[in-house]
Amino acid sequence: MKEIEILGNKDTRSGFGEGLHEVAKTNENVVGLCADLIGSLKMDAFKKDFPERFFQIGIAEANMIGIAAGMTVGGKIPYTGTFANFSTGRVYDQIRQSVAYSQKNVKICASHAGLTLGEDGATHQILEDIGLMKMLPNMTVIVPCDFNQTKQATMAIAEHEGPVYLRFGRPVMPIFVKDDAKFVIGKADTIFEGTDVTIIACGHLVWKSIEAAKILFEKGINAEVINMHTIKPLDVDAILKSVKKTGCVVTAEEHMRNGGLGDSVAQVLIQHFLAPQEYVAVNDKFGESGPPMELMTKYGIDTLNIVEAAEKAIARKNS
Amino acid sequence: MENIDLANIASQVRRDILRMVCEVSSGHPGGSLGCADFLIVLYFEQMKHNPAPFSMDAVNEDVFYLSNGHISPLFYSVLARSGYFPVSELGTFRKIGSRLQGHPSTDKKLPGIRMASGSLGQGLSVAIGTCETKKLNNDPSIVYTLHGDGELQEGQIWEAAMYAAANKIDNLIATIDYNGRQIDGDVEDVLSLGNLAQKWIAFGWEVLEMDGHNFEDLKVTLAKAKSITGNKKPIVIIMKTEMGQGVDYMMGTHKWHGSTPNSEQLENALGQLKETLGDY
Repeated sequence: MKEIEILGNKDTRSGFGEGLHEVAKTNENVVGLCADLIGSLKMDAFKKDFPERFFQIGIAEANMIGIAAGMTVGGKIPYTGTFANFSTGRVYDQIRQSVAYSQKNVKICASHAGLTLGEDGATHQILEDIGLMKMLPNMTVIVPCDFNQTKQATMAIAEHEGPVYLRFGRPVMPIFVKDDAKFVIGKADTIFEGTDVTIIACGHLVWKSIEAAKILFEKGINAEVINMHTIKPLDVDAILKSVKKTGCVVTAEEHMRNGGLGDSVAQVLIQHFLAPQEYVAVNDKFGESGPPMELMTKYGIDTLNIVEAAEKAIARKNS
Repeated sequence: MENIDLANIASQVRRDILRMVCEVSSGHPGGSLGCADFLIVLYFEQMKHNPAPFSMDAVNEDVFYLSNGHISPLFYSVLARSGYFPVSELGTFRKIGSRLQGHPSTDKKLPGIRMASGSLGQGLSVAIGTCETKKLNNDPSIVYTLHGDGELQEGQIWEAAMYAAANKIDNLIATIDYNGRQIDGDVEDVLSLGNLAQKWIAFGWEVLEMDGHNFEDLKVTLAKAKSITGNKKPIVIIMKTEMGQGVDYMMGTHKWHGSTPNSEQLENALGQLKETLGDY
């Protein structure tokens, strides 16, 4: 089995902070907006080195989205930063009308997504944001898997004309994407090639899927692991190519089962190639306070859940 | 422009509004008629703008955002009569395939529209964003907005109001259509705005007032507002208007906010408004 080298351990939000700082050096149209969470979003370096291009909005997320939309008139590329909950649910109508429908070049950058926000609990642990954002026409939805990929995605979206939702998180996780990898929106990365089951994951669940694939390998199961960092537009070709080989699928995400990556993959399978699919996702529940990794276990989105789901999918395929 | 010329444009624009909404039996004539004189002075007299070719980025142009998007018939008529798109296109309002959507949108690429509006309360934030961009680009132009008075019940307006004063957004002139009426009745009864001028003053804005149906006052006040831009304060004009202005039976009531006249009522209304520039 291919060895995956761990290059370090960092949070994905720090990848956003570094990516924003880096892209601002070469693209003078990039501006940053924050709703009183500079430290949490790791926007300090950008603010320090580009003070005239940094806008502290205060605790007024609706206003932040509107200002960002208006800033595009005249050529700026606004990156808004706050928690995922306040980046989406709180401002859905503002995003819908002033960003998505108006086709504005706004990058909505959302940290602390999902259960791994941890101790703050369910008020802040949004698990519906991928669904909310992917339903909007014109919106691109990206969920990078580690520090390096979040940095690369943050820089890549400046070159993409149109609204983007970029989702990342708080916990320190292994870094395994090479620091010189090229991020291509809408093009999935295959991490392991396998023949027995396809595991399609996004965000923190990509690492969990790598761990799961190792356990499966020891059990004699060759899992193909795909990092589906772009939920929309979805890399349909990558899904079909893999599933036609393996015949069954597990989708894994730190999101509600309803409306997430799994549902996007299921649509592809229903339309093009029927195959058993198992979901690893939160099933119609709000989260709760607790250490991030323990919450992943409690809510059934941990490594062993992926292993079990893979075995179940294979059993269904063979039945 | 002479007041008589502005009045002639206003009469024609009011005819356009009424004919547009009647043709499809939908749309919002009341506020459209009430804000006609203002928007005509803004587009024909006050603003520095290039109708063609239309530029979304508006470099070195003044920008106007209609935050109360439901008075789109007025916006479309003024844009067409200013040369943004053919006047004949007004006849497609709210019809399938039209660029003239029920509420303004950018997706059909109608020249003159820079942001969708309709869901209320968003335009002030949007305008502030464009003000910030103009400052970054050293573009000395001004950003204008129009809001309904009922729209001020939306919380986002006050988020934006706080931000604009705190950040010295002084290339912004917001106008409030203070007609005192909204869908369910008088604003005073639905949800009173209290002392509106004092609210804006308390938020740190420069507040002007004007009569929305007096061309001289519109010209003088808008010019005054422009003259006090660059003074580190955002500017708001509270504009007294009459919903349904120009059509006797539509004035003095909230009834015509979102309902349209029948053909007999249309004839009556058109009889009160001279055709000056030719109907579309």
